[in-house]
Amino acid sequence: MRKTLKNLFSFLAVFTLMFAIGTEVMAAKKSKTLKNTLKKGFVRCGVSQGLPGFSNADASGNWTGVDVDVCRAVAAAALGDANKVKFTPLSAKERFTALTSGEIDILSRNTTWTLSRDADIGLTFVGVNFYDGQGFMVRKSSGITSTSQFKNGITACTNIGTTTELNMRDFFTSKGISYEPVAFEKADEVVAAYDAGRCDTYTTDKSGLAAQRTKMKNPDEHIVLPETISKEPLGPVVRQGDSVWEDLVRWSLNVMIEAEEYGITSSNADSMKTSDNPQIKRLVGSEGELGAAFGLDNEWSLRIIKQVGNYGESYKRNIADTGILPDRGPNQLWTKGGILYVPPAR
Amino acid sequence: MKRNKILPQLITIFFIILVFGFFTINAQINMENRGIEFGFGFLKQEASFDIQFSLIEYDGSHSYARAYLVGLLNTLLVAFIGIILSTILGIVVGIARLSPNYLIKKTATFYVEFFRNIPLLLQIFFWYFAALRALPLPQDANLLLGSSFMTIKGLYTPAPLWENFDVFLISLFFSLILIFFVYRYAKKRQEEEGKQLPKFLISLCIFIGIPLLTFFAGGFGLSFTFPELKQLATTSYTYNGGMGIPPELTALTIALTLYTATFIAENVRAGIQGIGKGQKEAAASIGLTTSQILKLVIMPQALRIIIPPTTNQYLNLTKNSSLAAAIAYPDLVLVFAGTAMMQTGRAIEIVAITMATYLSISLAISLFMNWYNKRIAIKEK
Repeated sequence: MRKTLKNLFSFLAVFTLMFAIGTEVMAAKKSKTLKNTLKKGFVRCGVSQGLPGFSNADASGNWTGVDVDVCRAVAAAALGDANKVKFTPLSAKERFTALTSGEIDILSRNTTWTLSRDADIGLTFVGVNFYDGQGFMVRKSSGITSTSQFKNGITACTNIGTTTELNMRDFFTSKGISYEPVAFEKADEVVAAYDAGRCDTYTTDKSGLAAQRTKMKNPDEHIVLPETISKEPLGPVVRQGDSVWEDLVRWSLNVMIEAEEYGITSSNADSMKTSDNPQIKRLVGSEGELGAAFGLDNEWSLRIIKQVGNYGESYKRNIADTGILPDRGPNQLWTKGGILYVPPAR
Repeated sequence: MKRNKILPQLITIFFIILVFGFFTINAQINMENRGIEFGFGFLKQEASFDIQFSLIEYDGSHSYARAYLVGLLNTLLVAFIGIILSTILGIVVGIARLSPNYLIKKTATFYVEFFRNIPLLLQIFFWYFAALRALPLPQDANLLLGSSFMTIKGLYTPAPLWENFDVFLISLFFSLILIFFVYRYAKKRQEEEGKQLPKFLISLCIFIGIPLLTFFAGGFGLSFTFPELKQLATTSYTYNGGMGIPPELTALTIALTLYTATFIAENVRAGIQGIGKGQKEAAASIGLTTSQILKLVIMPQALRIIIPPTTNQYLNLTKNSSLAAAIAYPDLVLVFAGTAMMQTGRAIEIVAITMATYLSISLAISLFMNWYNKRIAIKEK
């Protein structure tokens, strides 16, 4: 009897403790995520399972890509070291649950910003780091050069759990074409099935098509059709409810884009400290107190530019030089004919 | 019950409630913090995604509830075909493993050891990517059985076109009733006169004969549409008309069947070997043939040993069918716990529904098997 009581009380103690911790965390300060990140010493970042140019791991486990660079920028700003990131590869299906359940703190995984995702399921999109649109890839030998040549009975392969599935339906339904959708869980399997001839066309974001094409047995045998059937603004996502963290991720990305606009690169950032332009000085931290808004020092943005580089450098390193999409298209600065336009960091 | 027996029970219940309560409250608080609402209203919303293969009418303009039904039926379909095929194959291999013929015995043993010891997911990938990739493109496909085509895009067979389908069903039903009476009569005759009727042959004749007679009498009509090659682009073809069975379904069924049949074969072998040798010898000594011994003496007793573990295999097969998601077969997990979950973001609701569904399917199978097991149990007189 005494032993039972003893057990009972120790159980009770444990559970009271768990409740106490639970409620303490709930009632914590506004930037719980930043506090946890500083405590852990690394940024927890959700990425794709391998999309060259965006988030891709090499043989030794080093992650590269423009999506990866967003997380690196946050790590450089908050922790002072762009390498202090723990990457979690996620399938399209797992990504939002991983973020809302707190397994990761930033989801930077070529994710399309839509109303229902932003407003309905506990997520907040912080910006756009790549303007994309959905397209189709076909075998060159098929002779198809435009989506207007698609005929009834076409088989289209794609990933599940993406806006792609919805756009595909919108497209084929509006054109009155009957089609067979084959949806796989992982991109690698879509590529394998398409490559084998299971499907006539492979549809996803055009950047994804260009990247996956490099993985095919014979990349030259495939072409991406010119039509774009949707708007796909891809960007990093955070959990709803931590506005300081949200702002930090947003402005880490914005700093990269604005640095390019003002010609600040990883190599000249230090020398820019004595620039005559006050906006440049603010970006490299020699003027103003911008870091204070996040509870960081004033060199947070300088670290981003020095360690990760500006947006143009990141694009060139990951997407242009790898031959995926040498032409920046809409992802050029607004001053150079593109649509990259971010609010001023001041 | 004594007091010291009640107390531990109460404590257990108390802690179970506490644990569930903790998780529920925790989930509630977290969802509230992130502005996520809990509810099943989304099931009525338009799904707006299409599904490759469906047994009922479905397109993206239907609701999520309908998409759930499509996924559920696809899961049940592959489980149903898998259970039947793996049972047949399992029994054959199980008996073959005890065959006095060296070659048959060793082949069966090799098959069991090989397929039982390779992870199922690998086998599914093998049948899908390796075996199906070896299939020809639609334009290169050869005729199969005079009217079908096996291609990388699927198996295309003639599709039946029924006229007065209900008349056909009625004739089938009628023949089943007749077969029931034949069995009753055969049993009665054997008990009274000791003579055996070839009841299986008679039943087969009735089962085929009555629908055939109805057909010739003009009760119902049956014709077929045949698959025809259709060009989509210079090097891209498909088949029109007829019935298309997606390669995903074929690969999944083959993999599940070959894998599960090994376990069933072992159950069958164990069941047969569990019957004393004396039974077989005694049966032989009164002049029964080998097949009669198996059918009348060994199997009725062996079934009692075979059925309970085989029920487990049926449950495993059903649950393993969720690996379909890996090869794009639109089962419950892929359609509902995959696409629908992603589009709505209702993770908790959808996982709860999916879990409840698998639980119900499994419980239904095991209820049926328990009932069957009781029915064939030896009744003590």
